[in-house]
Amino acid sequence: MTTNIKLAWRNLWRNKRRTLITVSSIFFGVLLSAYMTSMQEGSYSKMVEIVVKFYSGYMQVHHEDYWENKSINNLFDYDKALVDRLKSHPEVDLVIPRLESFGLASARELTRGAAIFGIVPDVENQLTQIADKIVSGKYLQATDDGVIIGDGLAKFLKLQLNDTLVIITQGYHGISAAGKFAIRGLIKHTSPELNKSIIYMELKTCQSFLGADNKLTSLVVNVADNKVMANTFKKLKREIQSPYSVMNWEEMQPEIVQQIESDRAGGVIMKAILYIVISFGILGTIMMMIVERRREFGVMISIGMQKRKLAIVLFIETLFIGLLGIISGITVSLPLLFIQAQNPIPLTGETAKLMEDFGFEPYMFFSTAPEVFWQQAVSIFIISVLIGIYPVVSTLKIKEIKALHG
Amino acid sequence: MNVIEVNALEKIYNDSEVKVYALNGVDLSIEAGEFTAIVGPSGSGKTTLLNLLGGLDQPTSGQISIGGTDISKLSSSQLIDFRLRNIGFVFQAYNLIPVLTAKENVEFIMHLQNRPKEERLTRTMSLLKAVGLEGRENSRPNKLSGGQQQRVAVARALASKPKFVLADEPTANLDSKATENLLEIMEELNRNENITFIFSTHDQRVVNKARRVITLEDGKIISDVRK
Repeated sequence: MTTNIKLAWRNLWRNKRRTLITVSSIFFGVLLSAYMTSMQEGSYSKMVEIVVKFYSGYMQVHHEDYWENKSINNLFDYDKALVDRLKSHPEVDLVIPRLESFGLASARELTRGAAIFGIVPDVENQLTQIADKIVSGKYLQATDDGVIIGDGLAKFLKLQLNDTLVIITQGYHGISAAGKFAIRGLIKHTSPELNKSIIYMELKTCQSFLGADNKLTSLVVNVADNKVMANTFKKLKREIQSPYSVMNWEEMQPEIVQQIESDRAGGVIMKAILYIVISFGILGTIMMMIVERRREFGVMISIGMQKRKLAIVLFIETLFIGLLGIISGITVSLPLLFIQAQNPIPLTGETAKLMEDFGFEPYMFFSTAPEVFWQQAVSIFIISVLIGIYPVVSTLKIKEIKALHG
Repeated sequence: MNVIEVNALEKIYNDSEVKVYALNGVDLSIEAGEFTAIVGPSGSGKTTLLNLLGGLDQPTSGQISIGGTDISKLSSSQLIDFRLRNIGFVFQAYNLIPVLTAKENVEFIMHLQNRPKEERLTRTMSLLKAVGLEGRENSRPNKLSGGQQQRVAVARALASKPKFVLADEPTANLDSKATENLLEIMEELNRNENITFIFSTHDQRVVNKARRVITLEDGKIISDVRK
């Protein structure tokens, strides 16, 4: 085998320029493909992170009727035993109670629809880190009777810190809820849409305001490592039964999943085209190499080299070309993408505005997830193996007498 | 003892509708230790005969027996293995593996035979010494002259300890000095180690050295002279 590898390696460098050109084409293909995948996956991760971090969490426990009919009447009682059960799973790092509703936020003659979040400030902050988004004033205290609101909402309602916000909505079981709340802080939410509509208040204050004492709309369940999310979700889904239901972020945000999937499919097509072009480049090189060395193959078989042994050498040569392309491509793309991941590309103009309108930060994010790299390596390896079949078949068909005489 | 036995050998090429007899009823036997030249004008069937003796081509009819084995009955893979263990080849254009050094070229064939490393190295060095290439073991073919390359080819042909060596126009690309040198080496190997050499040649210098000269014309042996 060592001789076969030695022969294959040396044969590779018989025509240095051609080998380098072929390896370069793979190198650029891997680099481009890794870059594109990294950009896509980086954007998706950010998208998911925003959704998970600033809104739904990885999983939520609701009343079983709540998701179909998000009414203030489909609530459930805060149950410590349920919370403890959720926390008993070592992979669960946070269980966050929330009471969510919608209402009208008013100040003087101005009114706007608002999303009301009743939260336990310190627990909520561990997931969404709202305290860091405060641009003016302070974060909610444990028994606070004030609110913090999006600075977009404050601007619209022409309110400032310590002004009074009026909220009117329907409470639990049809009661009318209206209240005045002092503004303790203004928050700059990552999602411009939420920035124009969000109101956070302390959970007990919110429960009292909506006449829903000890009631919740959801328990947000977060896992420390998103890789265990799928397994934890399966376990919780089995364990938590009626009158509750457990949903993961993908079920709660199907439009995001759909958007990611369709975008990913586009990427796959682009990469497939790229790899097809590269494949023909490699195949061309291998075909030329076989034609040029046909006589030599004839000699080798004549002096006693079995065709299958020769085929192995040629197969290894093809793999070497692929491997050199993979190694060089990954070697360059790895640090490049790590740098890019630390320094996302800021977007400007219309694209930036569009991203902001959708609630995303106007940056091109990059992922350095292992699949960004190994997917390219595996693709090129498979291509090399498939192309390697060509010299194998050609060698097995060689007639030594014809090959010897050109 | 006969190394090669050829009976009623025919090779017919069907060139469109015309049958071309490259060999037409050749009977031949070659004994161990012979130094034989096959001569004849172009198209007489020399190369065809050599190809058939080397198991590189299949006869249309007739029998070729090498060391008692009828090679026309062997499969392609068996033939390759048979060649590896029984026949040495020296080609007109040397045909060394360009990416291997002189030493590796000689060793390569023993590698194919799965010989132990120690034996390979010892035999390679002694063969290279025998063909006068001591000190050039690590040169690749492109760093050797035509004569030196052909001497490596002879060493390679002998490396497998073949029953006989087939040399197709081995001196055709060599100058006089290199030809003389190569012939001397082959003659010495033939005399001292009883190695059987069969040449196809146009070269009178080879014919002069040969102890048996078989002349072919139109695919038939027209003379077979032992000196």
